Amino acid sequence: MGLLSKKDAALITDPLLDNNPITIQVLGICSALAITAELKASIVMALSVMAVLALGNVVISLLRNVIPSKIRIIVQLIVVAALVIIVDLILRAFAYELSKTLSVFVGLIITNCIIMGRFEAFALANKPWRSFLDGIGNAAGYGLILVIVGFFRELLGSGTLLGFKVLGDPIEKTGLYALGYENNGFMLLSPMALIVLGVIIWIQRSKNSSLIEEH
Amino acid sequence: MEHIELFFKSIFIDNMVFATFLGMCSYLAVSKKVSTAVGLGAAVIFVLAVTVPLNWLLDQYILKEGALVWLGPEYAEYDLSFLSFIMFIATIATMVQLVEIIVEKFSPSLYNSLGIFLPLIAVNCAILGGSLFMQSREIPSLGLALTYGVGSGIGWFLAILAIAAIREKIRYSNVPPALRGLGITFIITGLMAIGFMSFGGMLTGGDEEKKDDKPKVEAKVDKVEVKKEEAKVIVAENTNITQ
Repeated sequence: MGLLSKKDAALITDPLLDNNPITIQVLGICSALAITAELKASIVMALSVMAVLALGNVVISLLRNVIPSKIRIIVQLIVVAALVIIVDLILRAFAYELSKTLSVFVGLIITNCIIMGRFEAFALANKPWRSFLDGIGNAAGYGLILVIVGFFRELLGSGTLLGFKVLGDPIEKTGLYALGYENNGFMLLSPMALIVLGVIIWIQRSKNSSLIEEH
Repeated sequence: MEHIELFFKSIFIDNMVFATFLGMCSYLAVSKKVSTAVGLGAAVIFVLAVTVPLNWLLDQYILKEGALVWLGPEYAEYDLSFLSFIMFIATIATMVQLVEIIVEKFSPSLYNSLGIFLPLIAVNCAILGGSLFMQSREIPSLGLALTYGVGSGIGWFLAILAIAAIREKIRYSNVPPALRGLGITFIITGLMAIGFMSFGGMLTGGDEEKKDDKPKVEAKVDKVEVKKEEAKVIVAENTNITQ
């Protein structure tokens, strides 16, 4: 990281593991789970959130001395909503099928708690460049969890990754299926997203005991 | 009948928390005690019941393609639906603020129990999600929009009440240290969601039986075909019709 000072680099690397927005800060779970049945949708969702969070952080940071603190929530919501509309229109123009899969969850980026949380906690008190890095870092931490959950759900649920049949063809019985392997269709249903995420949190906390909660 | 069906569907089958994961943030953060969970749940029902019908009107008369036709025939071609995110969230934020002011003025006791949760609710995904699902499922009338709002609010209320009660009890059990708190809550929610999936066939059960009937009929038809040529013609006609 020659371009960034140590302090700035920490803004990006911290949220990836030790201060992950989903597993540690418990933010942005709403949209994180519903769209992770396919890896592709998770990646697109992660990129959309990254675009909105990084740009929104910059905008709020530029406006931070102008916004009256009493109406800041509404101002923040309007900024996010405008950015999300742009993302939604871009998705509809270039990836129509995918935007159908994501359906209302693109719109729900507006109320993604990560975004409001970072605006409140960081962008309102920091300069634009640092806010931008913070946005990228937190969105990457969020995206990391989304991609892990999406990876396991798609691999175990339908035996594909990004639509490629990595485990062989279930109908013609090639690859693993020749040995009698079956897809676990349950992984595609919504409850398994919660359980997979629970297991990720379990693994992370047993590696790093300082994160363990009392109850 | 329509209302009852939509009401139960939005509570159990399309439960906000278990089927679509809406409002998870506050669901996890405010579910440590039953009493606070009840307060937040009640506030969510109330706000959903107000904002979903309001946004329905907004969608129907301003945002939808051709919705502006009541202004005059020349406005018929306008389609403002790309503005719906910003309009919905603005409505929700102002409504929440308004409700807070009104409740504070007229019922201080209610304000004391609900008030602290109201600002939280403006950014609760369940509220915006309610409006967005209302739009994407094309709910046909204002009354149904109200039913949908109340129903999904009650569904959310039930979910947070249940998890809060479980979390109060689980304090006495010996959970593996790394799972304590967030981890076990996720897994319990997952198990509860599996339970809620069993409501899935409650309203669509009849439809699925009809689908099952078709192959049976065709199987019978095949046997008849062997017996008589005359029957074959009739059967052929019938199968065409059913197809």
